[in-house]
Amino acid sequence: MKLELRGITKGFPGVVANDGVDLVVRPGEIHALLGENGAGKSTLMNVLYGLYQPDAGQILLDDRPVSFRDPGDAIAAGIGMVHQHFMLIPVFTVTENVMLGTESVRTPIGLLHQADARRRIVELSDRHGLRVDPDARVEDLPVGVRQRVEIIKTLYRRSNILVLDEPTAVLTPQEIEDLFAVMRSLAKAGTSIIFITHKLNEVQEVADRITVLRRGRVVGTTTPAESDESSLARMMVGRPVQLQVAKEQPKPAEAVLEISGLRVLDDRGHVAVRDLDLTVRAGEIVAIAGVQGNGQTELVEAVTGLRPLEAGEVRIAGEAIRPDPRRIFAAGVAHVPEDRMEEGLVPGFTCAENLILNSYYLRPFADGLTLKRDAIVATCRELVGEYDIRTPSVFNDVANLSGGNQQKVIVAREFSRPLKLLVAAQPTRGLDVGSIEYIHRRIVEKRDEGTAVLIVSTELEEVLSLGDRIAVMYQGVIVDVLDPSEATPERLGLLMGGAHPEELTPEEVAAAVPASA
Amino acid sequence: MTSRPDVTAAPTAEAGARPPDLGARVRGALGSLVVPALAMLTALVIGALVIILSDPGFLANVGRDPVAALSAGIGSVAAAYGGLIGGSVGSPRAWSETLLQATPLILTGLAVALSFRAGLFNIGAEGQLYMGAATSVYAGFALTGLPAFVHLPVAVLAGIAGGALWGFIPGLLKARTGAHEVIVTIMLNYVAYRFVDWLLNQPFYQREGRDDQISRFVAESAELPRFVEGFRTHWGLALAIAAAVFVSWLLFRSTKGFEFRAVGLNPAAARYAGMSIGGTLILALAISGGLAGLAGASEMLGSNHTLTPGFSPGWGFDAIALALLGGSRPLGVVFAALLFGGLRAGATPMQAATGIPIDLVVVIQALVIMFIAAPALVRGIFRIRAERRIGSEVFTKGWGA
Repeated sequence: MKLELRGITKGFPGVVANDGVDLVVRPGEIHALLGENGAGKSTLMNVLYGLYQPDAGQILLDDRPVSFRDPGDAIAAGIGMVHQHFMLIPVFTVTENVMLGTESVRTPIGLLHQADARRRIVELSDRHGLRVDPDARVEDLPVGVRQRVEIIKTLYRRSNILVLDEPTAVLTPQEIEDLFAVMRSLAKAGTSIIFITHKLNEVQEVADRITVLRRGRVVGTTTPAESDESSLARMMVGRPVQLQVAKEQPKPAEAVLEISGLRVLDDRGHVAVRDLDLTVRAGEIVAIAGVQGNGQTELVEAVTGLRPLEAGEVRIAGEAIRPDPRRIFAAGVAHVPEDRMEEGLVPGFTCAENLILNSYYLRPFADGLTLKRDAIVATCRELVGEYDIRTPSVFNDVANLSGGNQQKVIVAREFSRPLKLLVAAQPTRGLDVGSIEYIHRRIVEKRDEGTAVLIVSTELEEVLSLGDRIAVMYQGVIVDVLDPSEATPERLGLLMGGAHPEELTPEEVAAAVPASA
Repeated sequence: MTSRPDVTAAPTAEAGARPPDLGARVRGALGSLVVPALAMLTALVIGALVIILSDPGFLANVGRDPVAALSAGIGSVAAAYGGLIGGSVGSPRAWSETLLQATPLILTGLAVALSFRAGLFNIGAEGQLYMGAATSVYAGFALTGLPAFVHLPVAVLAGIAGGALWGFIPGLLKARTGAHEVIVTIMLNYVAYRFVDWLLNQPFYQREGRDDQISRFVAESAELPRFVEGFRTHWGLALAIAAAVFVSWLLFRSTKGFEFRAVGLNPAAARYAGMSIGGTLILALAISGGLAGLAGASEMLGSNHTLTPGFSPGWGFDAIALALLGGSRPLGVVFAALLFGGLRAGATPMQAATGIPIDLVVVIQALVIMFIAAPALVRGIFRIRAERRIGSEVFTKGWGA
């Protein structure tokens, strides 16, 4: 089915989120929608999905104008959306989840007709390589399979246009390849796919055409053949962007962080980190790669004092730590937490209050019990300038800043003092190219000043470009530590998926390389 | 996909280079008064309907002569609200009564507002108030031979300590075991009532020669004097205002208040920043209890001079409404308390003059609470955009925390 958006304009108080956006998606095409956070991608898709009514403009399906009052209308017209956060009920089976909302009922007593649904699911999953067990419970399935369930759900409702909102954010490299194979198969069968992302390499790999949005407007439409990653980045950001982190050879000095035999439990009391040993030296960046949920969160929390050690030892600058975040902070450890809004910031506090969140009780910000407003405001103004935080003033609620600026608040707070160790978990998650470039540069600067840096990331690119050594974590264990020169995405991907390093033959590594590459 | 507009923070024209100046602060304060004022207005309108619909003259005539019935009803409304206003601000004595009624409300309102800021729902202000009353009265009669400038502060401090202890207990239980403060503070209210009952039957506490539940008199040296003889307003009001200034400083100018607010808004980030969540909860509830205890002390040492069961008409519960109405801001709480104090002070003259029961005031108060707790309702009626209000969030979502 052909989709055309014509002159879509949508404003919110104070801003125009979409300004005369034109977009044509041809039948059977994979059309990438590329843009920074805040470029208007989500607003545009919400208009398409009937969640917002456009202020101006038209939606045309196969050249017929349509209007959607709510998502029900959009679904009925054949538009399917896979959200970034899955809309699945964990305790239901795959079949039950897929049926949900379109249950076929066996009259007259209203029993659900599961067999029909199951048959169609098996048929759909066979046809498009969407391997999934229709009787499995969703809560038992890995993230990649859950995503397949979401895709099946849209196909089950006979969608001809499929919108995938940042679908690769939660996947391993191999799962991403699987997803791309499914997308190609669906496109070949005539489904039009809108693929929302800000990852340039993925666009290059899978898209037929690419439309770039910036500040609510279409910057242009191109194809992978006519563009490359740096030209796309320039279109997105509006200026040339340094995609590769520029850094010198590391000059590792003394060990700063020494972890030995560390065992940590997760919230439910299960072992999350298992007898882990790791050393990070001053002046080097150690990047931990791994699929989310393999103990990285617990490792970081243990190192930063937020989680008790079950066994083993963590030494920072030679001293064994106790689970006390304040003492660890005082020892010169900075922590960029995994989740900005959950842990790193206090929404409802001003920028200034967030900038002093862990130093408010120290001079010059406090004198005894009294906060020193003038000193706080003066220091925070300096930080806002130095770290280029875009905010109307330091008195604005941090919740109203863009994601990139929120992260800069955290970076400004954590980096603006002498550091021995920097621990950064997912430092650029959800950020746009410009902010990623900025934060990477700051991290490398800290390393060059002689700080020991521990990065945890699920983004392979980030791990590969930042890490001076790369440790792969799987099920609470560091399975291998690689030099960046020997760490190819394929090798890392296999290790992240649980392959044993000694079992990896060159043939296997080669086999994991996707045919398309 | 979120339903939030996907846009960057729009750069505003006035890039605020200076801290919010006085004008901006006044505008902010006025802006935050819009919803409470409209809630009050709506409550008065509905209260008027209640008066009309329950007016005997209206009910008797509505079938035969609707116009006359309606005008009789409106006459009743005018008389009732006229009586209410006259009784609350119509004369120096009315003002004195309003301020007298407002005094304990300011203190208990501050207590609940402080707990809201720390993300806690202190429903136990009533019990804390009784404990504060009991301890201050004991200090007031048991200590003798002290000069007033020693005895009075000691009695006041005893009241604060009694309330603080009653706030400390749920704080400790929450910090140590996770026991929900709503449940514990409600239960401790009953413990406080029964403790006072028991106390009033003990020989060392009960007034000599009495069989009923009444305490000994507070010594004169522990009394909070009246401002002007002949008017009942006493120095407890000054304590209440001082407490408001203190709470304002504590919340917005001190490191402890920074911790209270951080824990209240995002405990995970507070923990990440090295704050002690448990210690903060305990301290916040203890100070909250201390403020409610001070309300009890002020009432005992300033007005009653003797403890009886049931001396509070529910100040500790009205406090929840006051904290919501005042947006958990100390100044807002003071104004809200003056408003509710005026309603209470005017209710009796209104009943005396018009025969409309005092309960009307309760109806109006309840409606105000309802509209504040459901700001969407007011927003919908008056088609305005409302801002975030601290407190109503705790009020509406705090149960699972």
